[in-house]
Amino acid sequence: MLKDYAFIGLLFIAATIFPIGGLVTSWILRPKKPGPIKTDIYECGLETVGETWIQFRVQYYIYALIFLIFDIEVMFLFPWAVAYDQLGFVALVEMFIFLGILVTGLIYAWRKGVLEWL
Amino acid sequence: MLGKPIFSLIRLLLIGALVGILLAALWYSGLFSFLLNPTEIASATDDLLESIHLCLGEGCGLLDFRLSRELIDLIFMLLTILTLLPFLVISLVLIVVVERKVVGRLQDRLGPNRVGPYGFLQTVADTIKLITKEDITPRQAHRLVFNLAPILVVVPTILVLAVIPFGRGMYAVDLNIGFLYIAAVSGGTTIPVLMAGWASRNKYALLGAMRAVAQLIAYEIPQVLSIVGVLLLAGSLSLVSITQGQQSLWYVVLQPVGFLVFLLSSMAELERKPFDIPEAESEIVAGYHIEYSGMKFAMFYLVIFFNPFLVSMIAVALFLGGWEGPLLPGYVWFLLKSTLVLFVIMWLSATVPRLRVDQLMGFAWKVLVPLSLVNLLLTGLIRALARDLKLPLIPDQLLLFLGANALMIVGTSLVYLLYAHRGRAQAPASLTAS
Repeated sequence: MLKDYAFIGLLFIAATIFPIGGLVTSWILRPKKPGPIKTDIYECGLETVGETWIQFRVQYYIYALIFLIFDIEVMFLFPWAVAYDQLGFVALVEMFIFLGILVTGLIYAWRKGVLEWL
Repeated sequence: MLGKPIFSLIRLLLIGALVGILLAALWYSGLFSFLLNPTEIASATDDLLESIHLCLGEGCGLLDFRLSRELIDLIFMLLTILTLLPFLVISLVLIVVVERKVVGRLQDRLGPNRVGPYGFLQTVADTIKLITKEDITPRQAHRLVFNLAPILVVVPTILVLAVIPFGRGMYAVDLNIGFLYIAAVSGGTTIPVLMAGWASRNKYALLGAMRAVAQLIAYEIPQVLSIVGVLLLAGSLSLVSITQGQQSLWYVVLQPVGFLVFLLSSMAELERKPFDIPEAESEIVAGYHIEYSGMKFAMFYLVIFFNPFLVSMIAVALFLGGWEGPLLPGYVWFLLKSTLVLFVIMWLSATVPRLRVDQLMGFAWKVLVPLSLVNLLLTGLIRALARDLKLPLIPDQLLLFLGANALMIVGTSLVYLLYAHRGRAQAPASLTAS
Protein backbone atom coordinates (compact mmCIF):
# COMPACT_ATOMS: atom_id res chain seq x y z
CA MET A 1 0.00 0.00 0.00
CA LEU A 2 2.74 2.43 0.98
CA LYS A 3 4.60 1.44 -2.18
CA ASP A 4 1.63 2.59 -4.28
CA TYR A 5 1.68 6.02 -2.73
CA ALA A 6 5.45 6.17 -3.09
CA PHE A 7 4.86 5.62 -6.80
CA ILE A 8 2.31 8.44 -6.87
CA GLY A 9 4.85 10.69 -5.14
CA LEU A 10 7.55 9.80 -7.67
CA LEU A 11 5.08 10.32 -10.50
CA PHE A 12 4.27 13.76 -9.11
CA ILE A 13 7.95 14.68 -9.24
CA ALA A 14 8.22 13.28 -12.78
CA ALA A 15 5.04 15.14 -13.76
CA THR A 16 6.61 18.44 -12.71
CA ILE A 17 9.96 17.65 -14.35
CA PHE A 18 8.24 16.76 -17.66
CA PRO A 19 6.88 20.26 -18.45
CA ILE A 20 9.95 21.94 -16.95
CA GLY A 21 12.10 19.86 -19.32
CA GLY A 22 10.01 21.00 -22.26
CA LEU A 23 10.21 24.63 -21.21
CA VAL A 24 13.98 24.45 -20.68
CA THR A 25 14.51 22.85 -24.11
CA SER A 26 12.47 25.59 -25.69
CA TRP A 27 14.38 28.20 -23.63
CA ILE A 28 17.66 26.95 -25.12
CA LEU A 29 16.39 26.77 -28.70
CA ARG A 30 14.10 29.74 -29.06
CA PRO A 31 15.05 33.27 -30.14
CA LYS A 32 14.86 35.99 -27.50
CA LYS A 33 14.07 39.38 -28.97
CA PRO A 34 11.62 41.20 -26.71
CA GLY A 35 10.36 44.59 -27.74
CA PRO A 36 8.12 47.17 -26.09
CA ILE A 37 5.21 46.50 -28.42
CA LYS A 38 5.75 42.75 -28.42
CA THR A 39 5.54 42.42 -24.65
CA ASP A 40 2.42 44.55 -24.45
CA ILE A 41 -0.78 42.92 -23.32
CA TYR A 42 -2.73 41.58 -26.26
CA GLU A 43 -6.14 43.14 -26.39
CA CYS A 44 -7.17 43.26 -30.03
CA GLY A 45 -4.34 45.64 -30.88
CA LEU A 46 -5.55 48.46 -28.67
CA GLU A 47 -3.87 49.95 -25.60
CA THR A 48 -5.43 48.41 -22.52
CA VAL A 49 -7.71 50.76 -20.64
CA GLY A 50 -7.93 50.81 -16.86
CA GLU A 51 -6.97 48.30 -14.23
CA THR A 52 -7.28 44.56 -14.97
CA TRP A 53 -7.29 43.18 -11.45
CA ILE A 54 -10.64 44.54 -10.45
CA GLN A 55 -13.27 43.37 -8.01
CA PHE A 56 -15.34 40.63 -9.54
CA ARG A 57 -19.02 39.85 -9.50
CA VAL A 58 -20.49 38.37 -6.35
CA GLN A 59 -22.27 35.72 -8.43
CA TYR A 60 -19.08 33.68 -8.65
CA TYR A 61 -18.73 33.75 -4.89
CA ILE A 62 -22.22 32.38 -4.30
CA TYR A 63 -21.62 29.67 -6.88
CA ALA A 64 -18.43 28.71 -5.08
CA LEU A 65 -20.37 28.44 -1.82
CA ILE A 66 -22.97 26.09 -3.31
CA PHE A 67 -20.17 24.10 -4.91
CA LEU A 68 -18.42 23.73 -1.56
CA ILE A 69 -21.52 22.34 0.13
CA PHE A 70 -22.22 19.83 -2.62
CA ASP A 71 -18.61 18.79 -2.99
CA ILE A 72 -18.44 17.89 0.68
CA GLU A 73 -21.74 16.06 0.34
CA VAL A 74 -20.21 13.93 -2.41
CA MET A 75 -17.27 13.16 -0.16
CA PHE A 76 -19.77 11.76 2.36
CA LEU A 77 -21.53 9.80 -0.37
CA PHE A 78 -18.40 7.94 -1.44
CA PRO A 79 -17.87 5.80 1.68
CA TRP A 80 -21.64 5.31 1.94
CA ALA A 81 -21.85 3.98 -1.61
CA VAL A 82 -18.86 1.68 -1.22
CA ALA A 83 -20.09 0.13 2.02
CA TYR A 84 -23.74 0.18 0.96
CA ASP A 85 -24.27 -3.55 0.63
CA GLN A 86 -23.13 -4.17 4.20
CA LEU A 87 -25.05 -1.31 5.79
CA GLY A 88 -28.65 -2.41 5.57
CA PHE A 89 -31.85 -0.48 5.06
CA VAL A 90 -31.10 2.17 7.71
CA ALA A 91 -28.26 3.54 5.60
CA LEU A 92 -30.65 4.16 2.71
CA VAL A 93 -33.11 6.05 4.93
CA GLU A 94 -30.30 8.07 6.48
CA MET A 95 -28.94 9.03 3.09
CA PHE A 96 -32.45 10.00 1.96
CA ILE A 97 -32.68 12.38 4.93
CA PHE A 98 -29.16 13.73 4.32
CA LEU A 99 -29.81 14.33 0.64
CA GLY A 100 -33.25 15.74 1.49
CA ILE A 101 -31.68 18.47 3.61
CA LEU A 102 -29.23 19.33 0.84
CA VAL A 103 -31.88 19.32 -1.85
CA THR A 104 -33.96 21.67 0.31
CA GLY A 105 -30.95 23.98 0.29
CA LEU A 106 -30.66 23.69 -3.47
CA ILE A 107 -34.37 24.44 -3.92
CA TYR A 108 -34.03 27.44 -1.58
CA ALA A 109 -31.09 28.75 -3.61
CA TRP A 110 -33.07 28.12 -6.77
CA ARG A 111 -36.15 30.01 -5.51
CA LYS A 112 -33.93 32.85 -4.32
CA GLY A 113 -32.71 33.19 -7.88
CA VAL A 114 -29.08 32.41 -7.03
CA LEU A 115 -28.85 29.91 -9.87
CA GLU A 116 -29.92 32.49 -12.42
CA TRP A 117 -26.82 33.85 -14.12
CA LEU A 118 -27.65 37.55 -14.26
CA MET B 1 -25.87 12.88 -50.78
CA LEU B 2 -24.81 11.45 -47.46
CA GLY B 3 -22.73 8.72 -49.02
CA LYS B 4 -19.45 10.51 -49.40
CA PRO B 5 -18.94 12.13 -46.01
CA ILE B 6 -20.07 8.97 -44.24
CA PHE B 7 -17.68 6.92 -46.33
CA SER B 8 -14.76 9.17 -45.51
CA LEU B 9 -15.76 9.13 -41.85
CA ILE B 10 -15.77 5.35 -41.82
CA ARG B 11 -12.39 5.34 -43.53
CA LEU B 12 -11.06 7.76 -40.95
CA LEU B 13 -12.43 5.65 -38.13
CA LEU B 14 -10.82 2.57 -39.64
CA ILE B 15 -7.49 4.33 -39.94
CA GLY B 16 -7.83 5.55 -36.38
CA ALA B 17 -8.67 2.07 -35.13
CA LEU B 18 -5.77 0.59 -37.08
CA VAL B 19 -3.36 3.11 -35.62
CA GLY B 20 -4.79 2.39 -32.17
CA ILE B 21 -4.27 -1.34 -32.58
CA LEU B 22 -0.75 -0.86 -33.91
CA LEU B 23 0.04 1.39 -30.98
CA ALA B 24 -1.42 -1.13 -28.59
CA ALA B 25 0.56 -3.98 -30.14
CA LEU B 26 3.73 -1.98 -29.96
CA TRP B 27 2.90 -1.01 -26.45
CA TYR B 28 2.05 -4.47 -25.28
CA SER B 29 5.01 -6.20 -26.89
CA GLY B 30 7.64 -6.88 -24.27
CA LEU B 31 8.80 -4.12 -22.01
CA PHE B 32 5.71 -1.94 -21.86
CA SER B 33 3.30 -4.61 -20.76
CA PHE B 34 5.80 -5.93 -18.26
CA LEU B 35 6.35 -2.56 -16.64
CA LEU B 36 2.64 -1.97 -16.17
CA ASN B 37 2.08 -5.29 -14.45
CA PRO B 38 2.54 -5.15 -10.68
CA THR B 39 2.35 -8.92 -10.19
CA GLU B 40 5.10 -9.59 -12.73
CA ILE B 41 7.20 -6.83 -11.25
CA ALA B 42 6.80 -8.38 -7.81
CA SER B 43 8.00 -11.79 -8.99
CA ALA B 44 10.85 -10.19 -10.95
CA THR B 45 11.86 -8.35 -7.79
CA ASP B 46 12.09 -11.64 -5.91
CA ASP B 47 14.18 -13.17 -8.72
CA LEU B 48 16.55 -10.22 -8.74
CA LEU B 49 16.92 -10.34 -4.97
CA GLU B 50 17.97 -13.97 -5.13
CA SER B 51 20.16 -13.87 -8.21
CA ILE B 52 22.23 -10.73 -7.78
CA HIS B 53 24.70 -11.29 -5.01
CA LEU B 54 28.25 -10.10 -5.58
CA CYS B 55 30.67 -11.78 -3.23
CA LEU B 56 34.45 -11.27 -3.23
CA GLY B 57 37.07 -12.59 -0.85
CA GLU B 58 36.95 -14.98 2.06
CA GLY B 59 33.32 -15.22 3.18
CA CYS B 60 32.54 -12.04 1.29
CA GLY B 61 35.19 -10.15 3.25
CA LEU B 62 36.14 -7.83 0.39
CA LEU B 63 32.78 -7.14 -1.21
CA ASP B 64 29.32 -8.15 -0.11
CA PHE B 65 26.79 -6.60 -2.42
CA ARG B 66 23.10 -7.38 -2.53
CA LEU B 67 20.37 -5.32 -4.08
CA SER B 68 17.94 -4.14 -1.46
CA ARG B 69 14.22 -4.55 -2.11
CA GLU B 70 13.67 -0.80 -1.85
CA LEU B 71 16.27 -0.10 -4.54
CA ILE B 72 14.70 -2.58 -6.97
CA ASP B 73 11.27 -1.12 -6.24
CA LEU B 74 12.59 2.36 -6.94
CA ILE B 75 14.15 1.28 -10.25
CA PHE B 76 10.94 -0.42 -11.38
CA MET B 77 8.88 2.60 -10.37
CA LEU B 78 11.12 4.87 -12.43
CA LEU B 79 10.83 2.50 -15.39
CA THR B 80 7.03 2.45 -15.03
CA ILE B 81 7.01 6.24 -15.11
CA LEU B 82 9.18 6.06 -18.23
CA THR B 83 6.43 3.87 -19.73
CA LEU B 84 3.55 6.17 -18.88
CA LEU B 85 5.15 9.36 -20.18
CA PRO B 86 5.93 8.00 -23.70
CA PHE B 87 2.39 6.61 -23.79
CA LEU B 88 1.15 10.14 -23.11
CA VAL B 89 3.38 11.65 -25.79
CA ILE B 90 2.71 9.05 -28.51
CA SER B 91 -1.03 8.99 -28.01
CA LEU B 92 -1.08 12.80 -27.88
CA VAL B 93 0.69 13.00 -31.25
CA LEU B 94 -1.97 10.72 -32.72
CA ILE B 95 -4.96 12.25 -30.95
CA VAL B 96 -4.19 15.78 -32.11
CA VAL B 97 -4.02 14.74 -35.76
CA VAL B 98 -7.03 12.42 -35.57
CA GLU B 99 -9.09 15.06 -33.78
CA ARG B 100 -8.21 17.75 -36.31
CA LYS B 101 -8.94 15.41 -39.20
CA VAL B 102 -12.21 14.10 -37.76
CA VAL B 103 -13.47 17.58 -36.90
CA GLY B 104 -12.33 18.76 -40.34
CA ARG B 105 -14.28 16.01 -42.08
CA LEU B 106 -17.36 16.62 -39.95
CA GLN B 107 -17.23 20.29 -40.94
CA ASP B 108 -16.71 19.45 -44.62
CA ARG B 109 -13.03 20.42 -44.61
CA LEU B 110 -10.00 18.26 -45.29
CA GLY B 111 -8.08 18.86 -42.11
CA PRO B 112 -4.27 18.57 -42.03
CA ASN B 113 -3.09 16.51 -45.03
CA ARG B 114 0.34 17.85 -46.04
CA VAL B 115 2.91 16.66 -43.55
CA GLY B 116 3.64 12.95 -43.83
CA PRO B 117 1.19 10.27 -45.03
CA TYR B 118 -2.40 11.57 -44.68
CA GLY B 119 -1.01 14.47 -42.66
CA PHE B 120 -0.25 12.20 -39.74
CA LEU B 121 3.04 13.93 -38.94
CA GLN B 122 1.33 17.31 -38.51
CA THR B 123 1.73 17.21 -34.73
CA VAL B 124 5.45 16.55 -35.02
CA ALA B 125 5.82 19.63 -37.22
CA ASP B 126 3.68 21.63 -34.81
CA THR B 127 5.77 20.52 -31.85
CA ILE B 128 9.02 21.54 -33.55
CA LYS B 129 7.47 24.89 -34.36
CA LEU B 130 6.22 25.40 -30.80
CA ILE B 131 9.59 24.51 -29.27
CA THR B 132 11.52 26.97 -31.43
CA LYS B 133 8.92 29.72 -31.14
CA GLU B 134 9.82 32.89 -29.27
CA ASP B 135 8.23 33.06 -25.85
CA ILE B 136 6.50 36.35 -25.10
CA THR B 137 5.75 37.22 -21.51
CA PRO B 138 3.72 40.40 -21.13
CA ARG B 139 5.74 42.88 -19.10
CA GLN B 140 2.85 43.71 -16.78
CA ALA B 141 2.24 40.02 -16.01
CA HIS B 142 2.97 38.47 -12.63
CA ARG B 143 6.01 36.53 -13.81
CA LEU B 144 6.20 33.78 -11.17
CA VAL B 145 2.53 32.80 -11.33
CA PHE B 146 2.50 33.25 -15.11
CA ASN B 147 5.36 30.76 -15.53
CA LEU B 148 4.14 28.34 -12.87
CA ALA B 149 0.67 27.86 -14.38
CA PRO B 150 1.70 25.91 -17.54
CA ILE B 151 3.84 23.60 -15.40
CA LEU B 152 1.10 22.88 -12.88
CA VAL B 153 -1.60 22.37 -15.49
CA VAL B 154 0.12 19.24 -16.82
CA VAL B 155 0.55 17.60 -13.42
CA PRO B 156 -3.04 16.35 -12.84
CA THR B 157 -3.18 14.84 -16.35
CA ILE B 158 -0.07 12.76 -15.75
CA LEU B 159 -1.07 11.82 -12.20
CA VAL B 160 -4.43 10.42 -13.31
CA LEU B 161 -2.67 8.07 -15.76
CA ALA B 162 -1.28 6.12 -12.79
CA VAL B 163 -4.57 4.43 -11.89
CA ILE B 164 -5.97 3.72 -15.37
CA PRO B 165 -6.41 -0.06 -15.84
CA PHE B 166 -5.26 -0.53 -19.44
CA GLY B 167 -5.80 -4.27 -19.50
CA ARG B 168 -6.15 -7.36 -17.38
CA GLY B 169 -3.52 -6.83 -14.67
CA MET B 170 -2.08 -3.89 -16.59
CA TYR B 171 -1.90 -0.79 -14.47
CA ALA B 172 0.77 1.22 -12.74
CA VAL B 173 -0.92 1.12 -9.32
CA ASP B 174 -4.27 -0.08 -8.09
CA LEU B 175 -5.25 2.39 -5.38
CA ASN B 176 -8.17 1.28 -3.24
CA ILE B 177 -9.41 4.89 -3.32
CA GLY B 178 -9.18 4.86 -7.15
CA PHE B 179 -11.97 7.15 -8.27
CA LEU B 180 -11.66 9.45 -5.25
CA TYR B 181 -8.02 9.92 -6.26
CA ILE B 182 -9.05 10.80 -9.82
CA ALA B 183 -11.68 13.26 -8.60
CA ALA B 184 -9.24 14.86 -6.18
CA VAL B 185 -6.34 15.13 -8.62
CA SER B 186 -8.36 16.32 -11.60
CA GLY B 187 -10.01 18.91 -9.37
CA GLY B 188 -6.54 20.43 -9.19
CA THR B 189 -6.84 21.63 -12.79
CA THR B 190 -8.94 24.58 -11.63
CA ILE B 191 -6.07 26.29 -9.82
CA PRO B 192 -3.53 26.60 -12.68
CA VAL B 193 -6.35 27.83 -14.93
CA LEU B 194 -7.15 30.62 -12.50
CA MET B 195 -3.42 31.31 -12.03
CA ALA B 196 -2.92 31.62 -15.78
CA GLY B 197 -5.86 33.94 -16.26
CA TRP B 198 -5.06 36.13 -13.29
CA ALA B 199 -1.32 36.43 -13.85
CA SER B 200 -1.67 37.42 -17.52
CA ARG B 201 -3.16 40.77 -16.45
CA ASN B 202 -5.29 40.65 -19.55
CA LYS B 203 -9.01 41.33 -19.34
CA TYR B 204 -9.91 38.53 -21.73
CA ALA B 205 -7.72 36.11 -19.82
CA LEU B 206 -9.25 37.09 -16.50
CA LEU B 207 -12.77 36.75 -17.87
CA GLY B 208 -11.91 33.38 -19.38
CA ALA B 209 -10.37 32.15 -16.16
CA MET B 210 -13.37 33.26 -14.09
CA ARG B 211 -15.74 31.57 -16.51
CA ALA B 212 -13.57 28.47 -16.53
CA VAL B 213 -13.51 28.23 -12.75
CA ALA B 214 -17.26 28.79 -12.44
CA GLN B 215 -17.86 26.10 -15.06
CA LEU B 216 -15.32 23.63 -13.70
CA ILE B 217 -16.72 23.75 -10.19
CA ALA B 218 -20.32 23.71 -11.37
CA TYR B 219 -19.87 20.58 -13.50
CA GLU B 220 -17.63 18.77 -11.05
CA ILE B 221 -20.70 18.08 -8.89
CA PRO B 222 -22.78 16.15 -11.48
CA GLN B 223 -19.64 14.47 -12.81
CA VAL B 224 -18.83 12.98 -9.43
CA LEU B 225 -22.47 12.42 -8.39
CA SER B 226 -23.20 10.38 -11.51
CA ILE B 227 -20.39 8.01 -10.55
CA VAL B 228 -21.81 7.28 -7.09
CA GLY B 229 -24.37 4.95 -8.67
CA VAL B 230 -21.58 2.90 -10.20
CA LEU B 231 -19.68 2.85 -6.91
CA LEU B 232 -22.84 1.60 -5.23
CA LEU B 233 -23.12 -1.28 -7.70
CA ALA B 234 -19.43 -2.14 -7.59
CA GLY B 235 -18.99 -1.66 -3.86
CA SER B 236 -15.50 -0.37 -4.44
CA LEU B 237 -13.64 2.76 -5.47
CA SER B 238 -10.75 0.96 -7.17
CA LEU B 239 -10.95 1.13 -10.95
CA VAL B 240 -9.65 -2.41 -11.27
CA SER B 241 -12.38 -3.92 -9.08
CA ILE B 242 -15.03 -1.75 -10.76
CA THR B 243 -13.94 -3.16 -14.14
CA GLN B 244 -13.91 -6.69 -12.76
CA GLY B 245 -17.45 -6.14 -11.45
CA GLN B 246 -18.66 -5.69 -15.03
CA GLN B 247 -17.84 -9.18 -16.26
CA SER B 248 -21.48 -10.21 -16.50
CA LEU B 249 -23.02 -6.85 -17.37
CA TRP B 250 -21.57 -3.47 -18.23
CA TYR B 251 -22.67 -0.70 -15.90
CA VAL B 252 -23.74 1.44 -18.86
CA VAL B 253 -26.74 -0.92 -19.20
CA LEU B 254 -27.68 -0.48 -15.56
CA GLN B 255 -26.81 3.23 -15.43
CA PRO B 256 -27.53 4.76 -18.85
CA VAL B 257 -28.64 8.07 -17.33
CA GLY B 258 -25.57 8.09 -15.10
CA PHE B 259 -23.35 7.51 -18.14
CA LEU B 260 -25.03 10.31 -20.04
CA VAL B 261 -24.67 12.74 -17.14
CA PHE B 262 -21.04 11.71 -16.72
CA LEU B 263 -20.28 12.19 -20.41
CA LEU B 264 -21.97 15.58 -20.63
CA SER B 265 -20.47 16.97 -17.45
CA SER B 266 -17.07 15.61 -18.44
CA MET B 267 -17.34 17.45 -21.74
CA ALA B 268 -18.07 20.59 -19.76
CA GLU B 269 -15.08 19.87 -17.52
CA LEU B 270 -12.96 19.53 -20.65
CA GLU B 271 -14.31 22.84 -21.95
CA ARG B 272 -15.26 21.14 -25.20
CA LYS B 273 -17.31 22.83 -27.91
CA PRO B 274 -20.89 23.03 -26.68
CA PHE B 275 -19.48 24.04 -23.30
CA ASP B 276 -16.49 26.10 -24.39
CA ILE B 277 -17.57 29.40 -22.85
CA PRO B 278 -14.14 29.80 -21.14
CA GLU B 279 -12.33 30.06 -24.45
CA ALA B 280 -15.10 31.29 -26.74
CA GLU B 281 -13.05 32.57 -29.69
CA SER B 282 -15.64 35.06 -30.85
CA GLU B 283 -16.02 36.70 -27.44
CA ILE B 284 -12.82 36.51 -25.43
CA VAL B 285 -10.45 35.23 -28.13
CA ALA B 286 -8.95 32.26 -26.29
CA GLY B 287 -9.71 32.72 -22.62
CA TYR B 288 -7.16 32.10 -19.95
CA HIS B 289 -4.28 31.04 -22.21
CA ILE B 290 -4.51 34.04 -24.52
CA GLU B 291 -1.14 35.52 -23.49
CA TYR B 292 0.76 32.26 -23.68
CA SER B 293 2.99 31.44 -26.61
CA GLY B 294 5.56 28.85 -27.62
CA MET B 295 6.19 25.96 -25.25
CA LYS B 296 4.02 27.38 -22.47
CA PHE B 297 1.07 27.40 -24.83
CA ALA B 298 2.00 23.85 -25.83
CA MET B 299 1.46 22.75 -22.22
CA PHE B 300 -2.12 24.04 -22.25
CA TYR B 301 -2.54 22.50 -25.70
CA LEU B 302 -1.38 19.14 -24.33
CA VAL B 303 -3.96 19.22 -21.55
CA ILE B 304 -6.77 20.39 -23.83
CA PHE B 305 -6.13 17.58 -26.31
CA PHE B 306 -5.13 14.74 -24.00
CA ASN B 307 -7.76 15.14 -21.28
CA PRO B 308 -10.63 14.01 -23.55
CA PHE B 309 -8.79 10.73 -24.08
CA LEU B 310 -8.20 10.46 -20.34
CA VAL B 311 -11.90 11.01 -19.66
CA SER B 312 -12.77 8.42 -22.33
CA MET B 313 -10.50 5.90 -20.63
CA ILE B 314 -12.10 6.61 -17.25
CA ALA B 315 -15.58 6.30 -18.79
CA VAL B 316 -14.61 2.97 -20.35
CA ALA B 317 -13.26 1.64 -17.06
CA LEU B 318 -16.33 2.78 -15.11
CA PHE B 319 -19.19 2.14 -17.53
CA LEU B 320 -18.13 0.21 -20.60
CA GLY B 321 -16.54 -2.86 -19.09
CA GLY B 322 -12.92 -1.71 -19.33
CA TRP B 323 -10.80 -4.42 -20.88
CA GLU B 324 -13.69 -6.92 -21.16
CA GLY B 325 -14.35 -8.20 -24.67
CA PRO B 326 -14.18 -11.35 -26.76
CA LEU B 327 -11.24 -12.66 -28.85
CA LEU B 328 -8.93 -9.65 -28.84
CA PRO B 329 -6.63 -9.07 -25.87
CA GLY B 330 -7.88 -6.75 -23.14
CA TYR B 331 -5.67 -3.76 -23.83
CA VAL B 332 -6.86 -3.64 -27.47
CA TRP B 333 -10.48 -3.62 -26.33
CA PHE B 334 -9.70 -0.95 -23.80
CA LEU B 335 -8.01 1.33 -26.32
CA LEU B 336 -10.67 0.66 -28.98
CA LYS B 337 -13.52 1.53 -26.63
CA SER B 338 -11.67 4.61 -25.44
CA THR B 339 -11.13 5.71 -29.03
CA LEU B 340 -14.84 5.24 -29.71
CA VAL B 341 -15.88 7.36 -26.71
CA LEU B 342 -13.30 9.95 -27.76
CA PHE B 343 -14.85 9.95 -31.23
CA VAL B 344 -18.29 10.58 -29.75
CA ILE B 345 -16.87 13.51 -27.79
CA MET B 346 -15.27 14.92 -30.97
CA TRP B 347 -18.48 14.39 -32.88
CA LEU B 348 -20.57 16.26 -30.32
CA SER B 349 -18.11 19.11 -30.11
CA ALA B 350 -17.98 19.40 -33.91
CA THR B 351 -21.74 19.55 -34.39
CA VAL B 352 -23.39 21.22 -31.39
CA PRO B 353 -23.24 25.03 -31.17
CA ARG B 354 -21.96 26.79 -28.07
CA LEU B 355 -24.34 27.41 -25.16
CA ARG B 356 -24.88 30.80 -23.60
CA VAL B 357 -23.28 31.29 -20.19
CA ASP B 358 -26.59 31.39 -18.26
CA GLN B 359 -27.85 28.30 -20.08
CA LEU B 360 -24.59 26.57 -19.26
CA MET B 361 -24.79 27.26 -15.54
CA GLY B 362 -28.49 26.47 -15.47
CA PHE B 363 -27.90 23.15 -17.20
CA ALA B 364 -25.43 22.07 -14.52
CA TRP B 365 -27.44 23.03 -11.46
CA LYS B 366 -31.02 22.66 -12.67
CA VAL B 367 -30.77 19.60 -14.91
CA LEU B 368 -27.68 17.52 -14.24
CA VAL B 369 -27.47 17.80 -10.44
CA PRO B 370 -31.15 16.95 -9.76
CA LEU B 371 -31.03 14.19 -12.38
CA SER B 372 -27.96 12.55 -10.88
CA LEU B 373 -29.46 12.84 -7.37
CA VAL B 374 -32.66 11.10 -8.54
CA ASN B 375 -30.53 8.49 -10.30
CA LEU B 376 -28.60 7.92 -7.08
CA LEU B 377 -31.74 7.53 -4.97
CA LEU B 378 -33.36 5.13 -7.45
CA THR B 379 -30.16 3.09 -7.66
CA GLY B 380 -30.02 2.91 -3.87
CA LEU B 381 -33.66 1.84 -3.66
CA ILE B 382 -33.32 -0.87 -6.29
CA ARG B 383 -30.13 -2.12 -4.72
CA ALA B 384 -31.75 -2.30 -1.28
CA LEU B 385 -34.75 -4.11 -2.74
CA ALA B 386 -32.53 -6.55 -4.61
CA ARG B 387 -30.53 -7.28 -1.49
CA ASP B 388 -33.52 -7.86 0.75
CA LEU B 389 -35.53 -9.88 -1.76
CA LYS B 390 -32.39 -11.61 -3.11
CA LEU B 391 -33.15 -10.69 -6.73
CA PRO B 392 -30.72 -11.96 -9.36
CA LEU B 393 -28.80 -9.42 -11.46
CA ILE B 394 -30.23 -10.77 -14.71
CA PRO B 395 -33.09 -10.32 -15.47
CA ASP B 396 -34.81 -8.89 -12.33
CA GLN B 397 -32.40 -6.13 -11.36
CA LEU B 398 -31.66 -5.33 -14.98
CA LEU B 399 -35.37 -4.81 -15.71
CA LEU B 400 -35.79 -2.68 -12.60
CA PHE B 401 -32.83 -0.51 -13.60
CA LEU B 402 -34.05 -0.15 -17.18
CA GLY B 403 -37.50 0.82 -15.91
CA ALA B 404 -36.05 3.38 -13.51
CA ASN B 405 -33.89 4.91 -16.24
CA ALA B 406 -36.78 5.04 -18.69
CA LEU B 407 -38.79 6.78 -15.97
CA MET B 408 -36.02 9.32 -15.47
CA ILE B 409 -35.70 10.02 -19.18
CA VAL B 410 -39.46 10.40 -19.63
CA GLY B 411 -39.70 12.56 -16.51
CA THR B 412 -36.86 14.84 -17.63
CA SER B 413 -38.39 15.18 -21.08
CA LEU B 414 -41.80 16.04 -19.56
CA VAL B 415 -40.31 18.65 -17.25
CA TYR B 416 -38.38 20.04 -20.20
CA LEU B 417 -41.50 20.27 -22.36
CA LEU B 418 -43.54 21.86 -19.60
CA TYR B 419 -41.05 24.36 -18.23
CA ALA B 420 -38.25 24.93 -20.70
CA HIS B 421 -40.10 27.49 -22.81
CA ARG B 422 -40.09 29.83 -19.83
CA GLY B 423 -37.17 32.18 -20.14
CA ARG B 424 -35.82 30.49 -23.21
CA ALA B 425 -36.77 33.38 -25.43
CA GLN B 426 -34.97 36.09 -23.54
CA ALA B 427 -31.40 36.15 -22.31
CA PRO B 428 -30.66 37.96 -19.03
CA ALA B 429 -30.54 41.74 -19.35
CA SER B 430 -26.82 41.84 -18.55
CA LEU B 431 -26.05 39.61 -21.51
CA THR B 432 -28.14 41.44 -24.05
CA ALA B 433 -27.30 45.01 -23.00
CA SER B 434 -23.91 45.85 -24.39
